[in-house]
Amino acid sequence: MLREKYKTEIEEILSRYPVKRSALLPLLYLAQREAGYISEEAMQEIAGLLRLTPPQVYETATFYTMLNLKPVGKFHLQVCKSLMCALVGSDTLIGWLEKKLGIKSGETSKDGLFTLSKVECLGACGTGPMMQINDDYYERLTEEKVDRILADLKRDGTSALKTGPFMWPEPNGAKP
Amino acid sequence: MPKHEPVLLKNMLQPGYTGSLAEYERAGGYQALKKVVGKVAPADVTAMVIKSGLRGRGGAGFPTGVKWGFLPKDYQGPKYLCCNADESEPGTFKDRQLMERDPHQVLEGIALACYAIGSETAYIYIRGEFVLGSRILDKAVAEARAAGYLGRNILGRGINLDIWVHRGAGAYICGEETALLESLEGKRGLPRVKPPFPATSGLYGKPTVINNVETLANLPHIVNRGPEWFASIGSPPKSAGTRIFCVSGHVKRPGNYEVPMGVTCRELIFEHAGGMRGDKPLKAFIPGGASAPFLTPDHLDVKLDFESVAQAGSMLGSGGVTVMEEGTDMVWAALRLMEFFHHESCGKCSPCREGSSWLVQTLRRILAKRGRMEDLETLVQLCNNIAGRTVCAFGDAEVAPILSTLKYWRPEYEALIREAEAQRAHELPMAAARH
Repeated sequence: MLREKYKTEIEEILSRYPVKRSALLPLLYLAQREAGYISEEAMQEIAGLLRLTPPQVYETATFYTMLNLKPVGKFHLQVCKSLMCALVGSDTLIGWLEKKLGIKSGETSKDGLFTLSKVECLGACGTGPMMQINDDYYERLTEEKVDRILADLKRDGTSALKTGPFMWPEPNGAKP
Repeated sequence: MPKHEPVLLKNMLQPGYTGSLAEYERAGGYQALKKVVGKVAPADVTAMVIKSGLRGRGGAGFPTGVKWGFLPKDYQGPKYLCCNADESEPGTFKDRQLMERDPHQVLEGIALACYAIGSETAYIYIRGEFVLGSRILDKAVAEARAAGYLGRNILGRGINLDIWVHRGAGAYICGEETALLESLEGKRGLPRVKPPFPATSGLYGKPTVINNVETLANLPHIVNRGPEWFASIGSPPKSAGTRIFCVSGHVKRPGNYEVPMGVTCRELIFEHAGGMRGDKPLKAFIPGGASAPFLTPDHLDVKLDFESVAQAGSMLGSGGVTVMEEGTDMVWAALRLMEFFHHESCGKCSPCREGSSWLVQTLRRILAKRGRMEDLETLVQLCNNIAGRTVCAFGDAEVAPILSTLKYWRPEYEALIREAEAQRAHELPMAAARH
């Protein structure tokens, strides 16, 4: 299925590498973009595309935390719980999110909109507490900001509070 | 603020600077590439970098030009350069800023390195979570290619270079250079046994150089302003140049500060980062990312250069400085880092895979006030059986938080255990036996 739908993109990905197997992560991302997670069928198809065995694809896919092997909500909220974010309040934030969404970490809300995960360092330690929602970073979070983000996502599917190109401290001392 | 002239952050500190090709060129970008490609012998570029004293900014601090020199001479087949943009060390967020705010500076650095080592293909291995950074880099590569700085026949001088952005998928270990190569080859990111070193057998078994983003970003400046200029900054000869320190934790102004190596921890924390949040006393800090041992207020006058920090019993590592105020529970802090390492252990070596689990369980038990005094010896024994007994440096890194907190804040561990003992003394003998 991927082969038909993304023929040009797959060819472009393969052209970057002298060895086919290198295209494995980009193709797994492609499958994830298509369905929100990577199904067994997708892994088998990718194995065929790269002339690998399905276990070779599976062993790689299971190693990386960003590859979802089962469906997640429309918005995947990944909150950093590592020390640097914890020092500035990520534990409280996770509690707040659990309360607001009515789910525990690792669960998906009943409407299928939100999945909440606790993750290790996302490389935004100077602007913690922070979380990643799908492709976007949200930093220097407060309870009020989280409320606005959740409302924005429900209403518009996106939020203006996501962080743009990173610069901290800002040259003019502005605070986002 | 800055008493020191920023080098790598200079462009982006200009208000409104977006990092587009046009703006980068206006700021003097790609002049270094024009200066050397096809005009200066690649070996002379390497010699220049050796002379500058530039050392890797990713963590290990290996001299950059020397590393390039390890590639086999007169090798005819393909050689590769991998830009290590898998910034995942807790406490570190400088490469993200370099890539998102001034991507062409990184690309020019990559192009210079590739010219010096004779590579026609470079991969930027960027951590999977940096989706925005990878998009910005993709766009910058397209811009540079259209302008003739990349691609076939660069600047009409017969040199070729393709740069590809490759996103990882969430694995800290992929910042270790051989694990990065395995991951780039489409496998699990497990570190390789060295030797052979990547310089002789790296990506696809070919000679490969792996350099950090910040290291590469220094190259255009070294070429433009000369190795003597670079060597005059910081604490030469062993710690030349500036360093971007990422300050996080309990400070007023967390962020990235570029300062010459050799400024003191006190200056970085109290002048650049604005001092302690709420003016509470400082209790502890980590000078070089999660893998570096903790230091105490007694070390505030230690100079932030490779040698001085090592002498103080820690390491400069990735330049991630995390600051903790009075009242921070050090057993908890050690546990938080240990949970990170346990989660990120790739599983290849038993001491690290199993040991990290035991360390986490023991720390959790102590913190839950169910510990025993002998647990402290067990912790040390476990650490000593992990460090130095694994394929990569991950094993050494994961024991740093525990050994250093035990060294400086052992009474905190003991107090928790004494509470546990007091609690047990009140329990019935049978109940106590169950613990």
